[in-house]
Amino acid sequence: MSKNYFEILRPGINSTFQDLGRFNQHHIGIPMSGAMDKRNYLIGNKLVGNNNNISAIEFAYQGPLLKLQSTKVICAVTGNVNFKILRANSKIEEGECYKTFELNAGDQIDVISTNKSVYGYFFINGGFEIESFWKSFSINTMAQIGPNDGTKFSLNQKLFIKNKESKFHKKRIEYLNSKIEFIRVLRGTNFNYFSEEGTNNFFNKEFTVSKLTDRMGMRIEGPKIENIVETNIKSEGLIKGVIQVPGDGNPIIMLSDYGTVGGYPKIAVVISADHDRLTQLTPGSKIKFKLVELNEAENLYKLYEIETKNILNQIR
Amino acid sequence: MIKNITNLGDAAVYCDFGNQIDQETNLNVIKYFKNLKELKIEGITNLTPSYNKLIVSFEPSVTNYEKLKNKIIDLKLHNKENQNSKLIKIPICIDEEFSLDIKRLTKELKMKYDQIYNSFFDKEYYCYMTGFIAGMPFLGDTRENIRLNRLETPRVKVPKGSIGITEQFCNIYTYESPGGWNIIGNTPVKIFDKSNQENPALINPGDRVTFYKISKQEYQKYNE
Repeated sequence: MSKNYFEILRPGINSTFQDLGRFNQHHIGIPMSGAMDKRNYLIGNKLVGNNNNISAIEFAYQGPLLKLQSTKVICAVTGNVNFKILRANSKIEEGECYKTFELNAGDQIDVISTNKSVYGYFFINGGFEIESFWKSFSINTMAQIGPNDGTKFSLNQKLFIKNKESKFHKKRIEYLNSKIEFIRVLRGTNFNYFSEEGTNNFFNKEFTVSKLTDRMGMRIEGPKIENIVETNIKSEGLIKGVIQVPGDGNPIIMLSDYGTVGGYPKIAVVISADHDRLTQLTPGSKIKFKLVELNEAENLYKLYEIETKNILNQIR
Repeated sequence: MIKNITNLGDAAVYCDFGNQIDQETNLNVIKYFKNLKELKIEGITNLTPSYNKLIVSFEPSVTNYEKLKNKIIDLKLHNKENQNSKLIKIPICIDEEFSLDIKRLTKELKMKYDQIYNSFFDKEYYCYMTGFIAGMPFLGDTRENIRLNRLETPRVKVPKGSIGITEQFCNIYTYESPGGWNIIGNTPVKIFDKSNQENPALINPGDRVTFYKISKQEYQKYNE
């Protein structure tokens, strides 16, 4: 094991390792997990010169305070994040997202908060010295699998880093995390379980993101969505973006650490192109849903992919 | 065999095998699941079999709904629905410390304690699916005299190893988790073992399960 590591002086609220997720384990009850905001994950790895499979530290709201021991390393932060770099000589620098910077022995990075968003990412060139589990470095705290015994970071822990010598290159891009006005959805497989008034409410009224929101799912509150058929269905598979409506009428949107099966009717499914921005909605945010058809959703995802590629191509 | 195919969002194919919840329907689901799994079709990110549905999720930049739907319809099935099915015997302790709901069940079902457990133990169960939380097996069918609804207010924490019954089903909580099933005992067996990366789930869809009673002393010594 390398002797180079970050010491965790403050773990943050929910700091974990994440990558692009864990595939093909649904049948035993393991969800995809992975970075909640995929585009910000890809941008950060490109900035520090990593491939897409090298895991980042994902944090929510308040991030970690990390002290680097015994080497230097190229870093980047993505998202909408307030952070500071505390140099070993006591100099304090204001951190800037989407721009590489170097940390030296004794330096600290203090991720103070995510600004009007939930998730941010910290990357180092070469990545951390961690073991993959079922071909993924993502931590799933519910099933307790992945690096760090499947748990979130804790105080005084050491995060060992791969000793990769590389020359520092200044890289930066301009990137604005756009806000989402409408969450675009497709009809769910139980769309006709709900009354006309219920579905009208769903598409025309405003909803508020509740405090009961985490990596597993997002609860939202708003007008009641009346079920006229059956409030339970026989449990069946779930994916990220599915909106279930339990008996109390308050929808739950499945996010990356979802339970792999669920027994509430599915009113709608968020289109893949809107997943990143959906996950960044803070409790209290107002949202509205907009119905689209499958071919529209497919085209919107193509656009999302092209946009992502264009951003990544700007980084050289 | 598949009654209806539709899309679930823009990144999954939803295969409906009909409204019946029985072994025959479920064996069809498992057959499709195993055949698709073996083919390793490009772009498929997950297969989620359940009682009577199979959800095939995919990466929409690699493939799309229409293409995958056609592949599923044209699938040539090998007859391998239940080749590796096992019979697994699970010990349960029904000490009052573990059988959280049994008192209420005697009232609700209007049955004696022994009658409930006799009905429960005297049955071979079939595993329809695993999921919700890692390795949790959904077993059925329980005898008709011990079928009842979920708790009206689910527990915030159901202890790990708990055996729950609801409707015609029975399950085992592989982790401490929220849940609304009626708890009648607890097993010391590790149903999901992440250190066994090849085969972490002890019970898999298509397997058969029987339960037998152990004393509290045996329970405590089980993992020594």
